[in-house]
Amino acid sequence: MNTPRRLLLLAAPTLLLPPATARASPEAMAAALREFTGGAAVTPGRVAMDISPLVENGNTVPLSVIVDSPMSEADHVSAIAIFNERNPQPHVITAHYSPRSGQALLATHIRLATSQRLLAVAALSDGTFWSDSAQVIVTLAACLEG
Amino acid sequence: MARVLINIPREIHAGETITIRTLIQHGMESGYRPGADGNVVPRDILRRFTARFDDEPVFAAEFSPAIAANPFLSFTMVVAASGTLTLRWEGDNGFDQTETRRIAVA
Repeated sequence: MNTPRRLLLLAAPTLLLPPATARASPEAMAAALREFTGGAAVTPGRVAMDISPLVENGNTVPLSVIVDSPMSEADHVSAIAIFNERNPQPHVITAHYSPRSGQALLATHIRLATSQRLLAVAALSDGTFWSDSAQVIVTLAACLEG
Repeated sequence: MARVLINIPREIHAGETITIRTLIQHGMESGYRPGADGNVVPRDILRRFTARFDDEPVFAAEFSPAIAANPFLSFTMVVAASGTLTLRWEGDNGFDQTETRRIAVA
């Protein structure tokens, strides 16, 4: 007779947990990065990511990335991708370039759910991958809780 | 039609690399946010942006929900001669908007 109540008590901690929501994690970011690079090695350098280290409002965070490249037919940046560790999804944006771009520059406004590390990866026409990372502190998170 | 702001330099010389800035009015509903009734608001975001100059691809981008509302994008392109710049935004719920701008070199 007491069994259902005991079972309920045992289950109580799990009932109190918030519903499982998708969360990016360093592992999820690594998986998204692997999808972008196809498993190739990523070397830090050549990429410069510019983002404020202290973000007051995570709803709109200006971010710019510039890659040091001559942007010639033989040597140019073909894509830039941005990843994050702690938003609901690890991927932020992927941009594609050609020698006609003239410069490998990307500027946009992103959302940040919490303080975290961001990673910018550039894919070059010669098949190499370069990256830059930035640690940001977010005081007001992008609205995920309504 | 969503409102769009496109900034192109006024004076362009042939062979110059110019910076184009774009902003489009869109809520970019992430699909992770509960609405007033407590249910999660379904995702409604822009997925893809493409820029073509005289039908030749110049720049393209794929967005995730982590892009802020009213997506802003800035990119560069080399202008060899006068032509037409075509910007296209595609998104969830059949969103598709194309804007064209004439680019004339001085």
